[in-house]
Amino acid sequence: MCFSDFYFFQNCYKLFIMIEIKGLHKSYKMGSNSIHVLKGIDFSVAEGELVAIMGSSGSGKSTLLNILGMLDEADQGSYTLDGLPIKNLNEKIAARYRNRFLGFVFQSFNLINYKSALDNVALPLYYQGVKRGERIDIAMSYLEKVGLANWASHLPNELSGGQKQRVAIARALASNPKVLLADEPTGALDTKTSYEVMDLIQGINDEGRTILVVTHEHDIAQMTKRIVNLKDGLIIDDTKVNQIRALSNV
Amino acid sequence: MFDIERWQEIFETISKNKLRTFLTGLSVASGIFILVILLGIGEGMQNGIAKQFERNAANILYVFTGVTSKEYKGLNPGRQIVMKNDDFSYISSKYQDDLEYKSSIFRIWSGLITFKNESGAYRVEGVWPDYQFLENAGMTEGRYINYKDQENFEKVVVISEKIKSDLFKNGENPIGEYIQISNINFKVIGVYTDPGGEREETRVFLPISTAQRVFGGANNIRNLSFTLEKKDNFEEALAESERFTEEVSSYLKEKHIIAPDDTSAININNTLEEAKRFYDLINMIKFFFWGVGICTIIAGVVGVSNIMLIIVKERTKEIGIRKALGAEPVSIIVMVLHESIFITTIAGFVGLIFSLALLEFVGPMIETEYITNPSINFSVAISTVFILIIAGAIAGFFPAWRAARIKPIVALRDE
Repeated sequence: MCFSDFYFFQNCYKLFIMIEIKGLHKSYKMGSNSIHVLKGIDFSVAEGELVAIMGSSGSGKSTLLNILGMLDEADQGSYTLDGLPIKNLNEKIAARYRNRFLGFVFQSFNLINYKSALDNVALPLYYQGVKRGERIDIAMSYLEKVGLANWASHLPNELSGGQKQRVAIARALASNPKVLLADEPTGALDTKTSYEVMDLIQGINDEGRTILVVTHEHDIAQMTKRIVNLKDGLIIDDTKVNQIRALSNV
Repeated sequence: MFDIERWQEIFETISKNKLRTFLTGLSVASGIFILVILLGIGEGMQNGIAKQFERNAANILYVFTGVTSKEYKGLNPGRQIVMKNDDFSYISSKYQDDLEYKSSIFRIWSGLITFKNESGAYRVEGVWPDYQFLENAGMTEGRYINYKDQENFEKVVVISEKIKSDLFKNGENPIGEYIQISNINFKVIGVYTDPGGEREETRVFLPISTAQRVFGGANNIRNLSFTLEKKDNFEEALAESERFTEEVSSYLKEKHIIAPDDTSAININNTLEEAKRFYDLINMIKFFFWGVGICTIIAGVVGVSNIMLIIVKERTKEIGIRKALGAEPVSIIVMVLHESIFITTIAGFVGLIFSLALLEFVGPMIETEYITNPSINFSVAISTVFILIIAGAIAGFFPAWRAARIKPIVALRDE
């Protein structure tokens, strides 16, 4: 139905395409050498997708994620997030976009170690200017969602790896972002815990949230709906897969 | 500044990082503490010296004459210069507004003083009533010489405590008794005591008019003694007394036909110049204390900035996380500065309060001759606290600014 009219198509496009990247290049200077990490990436993600970005180390997958996460900027090419062109960002605007549009999950969790689980989850809301009482309520509801309501007042070092990652996921969700970016979310976890975390990610995706997962583990990649393979700065393979539910493996 | 959310965030951070907070605070508080104590002691030393000088009527000017040493206008050297009553009255009336106390002195070297069967040789001085204050003499009995005695050529005498105990061996009340000075009867009207001690108490005082008449002094006087009106500050007083000394000296030289460059005929002893040397010394010591204090402050600032640097370094990852979650660079700088200013302020005032309390309670207990009531100008203390706070903020700003500029991916990689 979207193809019947050009203008209507434009609307559909805006409605459904969450991330669109065209001709992305990125190189890093290492002393006198320049390393060309991304060599022209064209890539788009529709709303509600769960995408795995795979590749060996040095393939450029982390660089791509950093650019998608506005933690780094591309040298060339365009990046559009939910219809909003992301370009010429200064630090301030990048921070605001990160805060409003993106949720991050890291391999090493990156929780603030002197803040309780609840306060960690509430932190993005602090930067949105949400009042403390409301912040705590919202953070608590996300902690409940990841099943850690009883651990709200615990410090990160009192939690297990899986629990820390679930707190990090709750924190990433707290600001209600358009896209969740996960960089090796299961890299520091054992298989069982990894699958539990993936189950949580699948559940969040089922609710319609767009999620990108960078991973080098095939079993994790199989739990997404689409696998994008990177090699030497180029996409060499982009296929939809039949999602394997993590719960069935636990 | 009044954003309650930010305050909550700061308090949370502080309460969860007690050691860090304590170390920052300690360096600031001790810096302020040492500075205030040093300045307090400096002030105390100045007070102590000032008190020493108070005891000796610091700003006394004392004129005495000698023998000319140079030929001048056909007059031979070796003339004995003797001042006259009109020298005194001229200076007194010319400098009426500048002078606080004034007296001329006519002296008889050792007069024999007798009461009944007791006698002794004492200095006899004819003076004006003001002389009591020039000598800082206190009255233990009776009164000092007054202007009526002066006008009426009264044969009255003021004796000292020492002379009283020498002559009035039976414990008689000396007031109203007659003593003989070189066989002339004088009525005792008062007994004085001199803070200069026994040596200064071997003198009796008569009205100068009586002394000149009775002891054949004609209108000769031996000395002039003055104090100048008090000035607001020492420098002014010193300049004033030097000017006065210069003018009186040249007036007397002209009147008595003495060469202007003859230094032996007219001598003026200016005790303020003595005092100035001590004040200069004290100023040097205070200057030194300020130097030490400022170095302490600098050490405090360096300490604070070091700690700030370490704190920011330690928090690099946290800053990266915060930036990834949407903290703007400004909010990172503000967070670090807000925290450091808050801690330095609290610690600065704690140091200030402790040091002021120490000066307040221990200060009065210090009983050495050269330190009296060590204290500090409160506004000086407050401004040093603010200097430290501002310096701490500036010191904290650069690491904070640098941290805020670190790319979040770099910061997040920092393990």
